Amino acid sequence: MLLNGKAFKFGNDINTDYIISGKYKFKTLDMKELARHVMEDLDPQFFQKISEGDMIVAGSNFGCGSSREQAPLAIIYAGIGCVLASSFARIFYRNAINTGLPVIECDTSKIDEGDLLQVNLEKGIVLNRSKNLEIPITPLPQVMIKILSDGGLIKHFQKYGDFNFD
Amino acid sequence: MGKTIAEKIFSQHSGEDARAGDLVIAHLDFIMGQDGTAPLAINSFHEMRGEKVFDPSKVAFVIDHSAPSPNEGVSSLHKLMREFTSKQGILLYDIGHGVCHQLMLEQGHVVPGDLVIGADSHTCTYGALNAFSTGVGSTDLAAGIISGKLWFKVPETIKFLCEGILPPGVFSKDLILYLIGDIGADGATYLAAEYCGETISALDVEERFTIANMAIEMGAKAGLMEFDEKVKKWVAGRSKKPPRPVFADPDAKYLEIRKYDLSHLEPQIACPHTVDNVSPVGQVEGLPVQQAFIGTCTNGRINDLRIAARILTGKKVSPGVRLIVAPSSRQVFLDAMNEGIIQVLVEAGAAIVTPGCGPCVGTHNGVPSDGEVVLSTANRNFKGRMGNSRASIYLASPATVAASAVTGRVTDPRPFFL
Repeated sequence: MLLNGKAFKFGNDINTDYIISGKYKFKTLDMKELARHVMEDLDPQFFQKISEGDMIVAGSNFGCGSSREQAPLAIIYAGIGCVLASSFARIFYRNAINTGLPVIECDTSKIDEGDLLQVNLEKGIVLNRSKNLEIPITPLPQVMIKILSDGGLIKHFQKYGDFNFD
Repeated sequence: MGKTIAEKIFSQHSGEDARAGDLVIAHLDFIMGQDGTAPLAINSFHEMRGEKVFDPSKVAFVIDHSAPSPNEGVSSLHKLMREFTSKQGILLYDIGHGVCHQLMLEQGHVVPGDLVIGADSHTCTYGALNAFSTGVGSTDLAAGIISGKLWFKVPETIKFLCEGILPPGVFSKDLILYLIGDIGADGATYLAAEYCGETISALDVEERFTIANMAIEMGAKAGLMEFDEKVKKWVAGRSKKPPRPVFADPDAKYLEIRKYDLSHLEPQIACPHTVDNVSPVGQVEGLPVQQAFIGTCTNGRINDLRIAARILTGKKVSPGVRLIVAPSSRQVFLDAMNEGIIQVLVEAGAAIVTPGCGPCVGTHNGVPSDGEVVLSTANRNFKGRMGNSRASIYLASPATVAASAVTGRVTDPRPFFL
């Protein structure tokens, strides 16, 4: 799977309240509506700036805070192709895989705002096309690869009716 | 090689010899969802072609994050939860019962040795009862209530060995804020934390909940504690389930053991906008406060309200400060009424709101205005957390919040405990 997009850079400790504020997420299950407010408290224009396939690039502990699955869902429905961070908070990481959002753990210090990126999940490499740099990806656990390749945990259950990692 | 508490609980629940780093499918003893996460899980349940919950006696939903409903959008989500729980025959704690984590504990749904998931990040609170409990998202919750199982990566464990007795006016909230400030907001990511030592043993079980509750604020998957007589007694009075205490082996392997002497700890405060931005209260003393909030799954229990009442007896909340108090459950509310605490707080000028989460998560019941300073007993001070990204949230113990409500400024509470 090859993903192409432009980098939108954020810092460390980007929490789930920044990704989608609690004041919106408790109100509705309409993810398209929630997506309009993604990252709003950090950049009110974010949703207007991004195009389909663009990437969120952050530092350490991305997605810390609440267990709200609306966070990865709002990112997916906003059209973001994947999230790259030097590390992720645990619950967000699980939720992203379960909902089918590729989350890529790698050294993000060599990526700047606006860089054009190509992510190769099979080879485990991020190519920074603007800087002509290859950045290796920390490999995903097998269980997560299985869930992602099934299209998320819902589709995994549709297929098997239970957990099936054999 | 011996095992940690986490390795033992995952071994018992997966039927495998589970070691840190292993991936296991484990059976769950209890599953909880709240109104911010359960509606999405109900949708996922149907999409996954779920028909029946695996065991209705092992599932509970709680309406606490927006309770009572502040608008029609939320009302329709609450209705979805009421219909689903009624159809599936599972327990629903509707508005007014209180905060999900307090209910899980005081209603006896969790006992030592249990493996529990909750679709709320502060599910780690039950670790104080020697159970492994962790927060998950809505899809994991749906998979859990369909199958009774979930996959886990068995975490490595980091031990916090806490020695020394906390000085008067210094509480378990100060201790956990100090540890988070020391290790950082991602210092224990993917890890189980074990909190032990003389300091922890000396605390009441309810004070320990405050510490386990905030394990997630250092990134931890669980905040575990040892089983002792206090836990045994606390659980015996609340649950019919037999406890299955789990002890770490003496030769268990820890990723790291961190030692602390807490006998001279000062009251701590987390400054905006991250929980690990911690300093002694003295460094912020004098900062004017517009809103003070006592409540939440961290610090809304009866002992927290007793401390607040002790400081507020015969005093008035400073003009210019709004003091909001949310007992963490109906039982806590009733106990506080019986003890005369509610009378003291209301006479002092506090506004008592429905047991629940509202102000902490910014859904209603106390959204601050632009530029305001809020001092809160909650567990998160993220920008926008209380519903306004232009407010500044500081976190402290109930004593610090109550003392500051009286003076109108951030205040060291220790003089009230001489």
